[in-house]
Amino acid sequence: MKFITTILFIIFNISYLSSQSWNRSDVKIYRSFDSLEKDYFYIENDTTYVINFWATWCGPCVKELPYFEDLSERYDDKPVKVILVSLDFEKQIDKRLIPFLNKKEIKSEVVLLLDPKESTWIDKVDSEWSGAIPITLLKSKNKSEFHEKVFHSKEELELLIETFIK
Amino acid sequence: MKSLLILFVLGTMSFTIGNGYEIGDKATDFKLKNVDGKMVSLSDLKDAKGFIVTFTCNHCPYAVMYEDRLIELHNKYAPMGYPVVAINPNDPIAKPADSYEEMIVRANEKEFPFVYLFDDGQHVYPQYGATKTPHVFLLDENMIVKYIGAIDDSPRDASLVQERYLENAIKALQEGKDPSPATTKAIGCSIKTS
Repeated sequence: MKFITTILFIIFNISYLSSQSWNRSDVKIYRSFDSLEKDYFYIENDTTYVINFWATWCGPCVKELPYFEDLSERYDDKPVKVILVSLDFEKQIDKRLIPFLNKKEIKSEVVLLLDPKESTWIDKVDSEWSGAIPITLLKSKNKSEFHEKVFHSKEELELLIETFIK
Repeated sequence: MKSLLILFVLGTMSFTIGNGYEIGDKATDFKLKNVDGKMVSLSDLKDAKGFIVTFTCNHCPYAVMYEDRLIELHNKYAPMGYPVVAINPNDPIAKPADSYEEMIVRANEKEFPFVYLFDDGQHVYPQYGATKTPHVFLLDENMIVKYIGAIDDSPRDASLVQERYLENAIKALQEGKDPSPATTKAIGCSIKTS
């Protein structure tokens, strides 16, 4: 009996480890936009940041999300880092966000922005932004681009980044 | 030459459509089908001192978060002459959950006290310049756009609301003043087209 329990325990752990790469603690929560801005919007190194605002409940966002994966591996000589800023609901972190990240096997860095003062911080992201998601920001030490649009292919996104990096 | 002229006209049209209304613009009336099957225009809403034109839909969680708050707003302000006029701008081909039939289902479930209109053919939302759901345009009795934007400052959690932008804007109209702020922003679902 003890043996069977041990076996079951091991099997459970293996399946748990292989399927659950994301935990709640892996997603940093920002309650104020200003602290997110401090962490990602002022770049001092040579990395290009690709910052995508999305949510699991946003159909077009979910559709374009795979195009953002592996981007960093494509530009070996020029570092690119992808940040996925989720606008999911706080009550749905465990029920929806974490299971989604596991199911889609997301590898990019994911943070959750819960600042309720949207009317204030949307303009800080870009005054042109209407508030509809998804949006994508490209940021480096000396320039910044804002795109309120949905990408329909990986090539479309890559072309934009290549042009930005040049 | 003729084709050039057409191109020019088309170009100008899309430019106008893309911009939408700004504060102070006069909104054009429309005739859209309500969930009760009747066609509704703003001019049909008698004794209105203004209109809370709200682009919203069934599927968007941000829109759903505001359903109860819209019901409350309508129940409070419609008797004072400011009814909520909800319009679903989405193309059901792109989003079946936002079809006219599904609108009827949702309106019944939530017992919407306000009209819930279907922007069939998607002609109205571009005139207004709505980009997302929910997206509010507060008009005065002369259909002049007085406020554009969000309902309040906490879409994702009604219990954290500190500023009721839309309600403050209605109060300003009641006092004969211009709302301040006249425009605000909130996250929302992009309007779905096919």
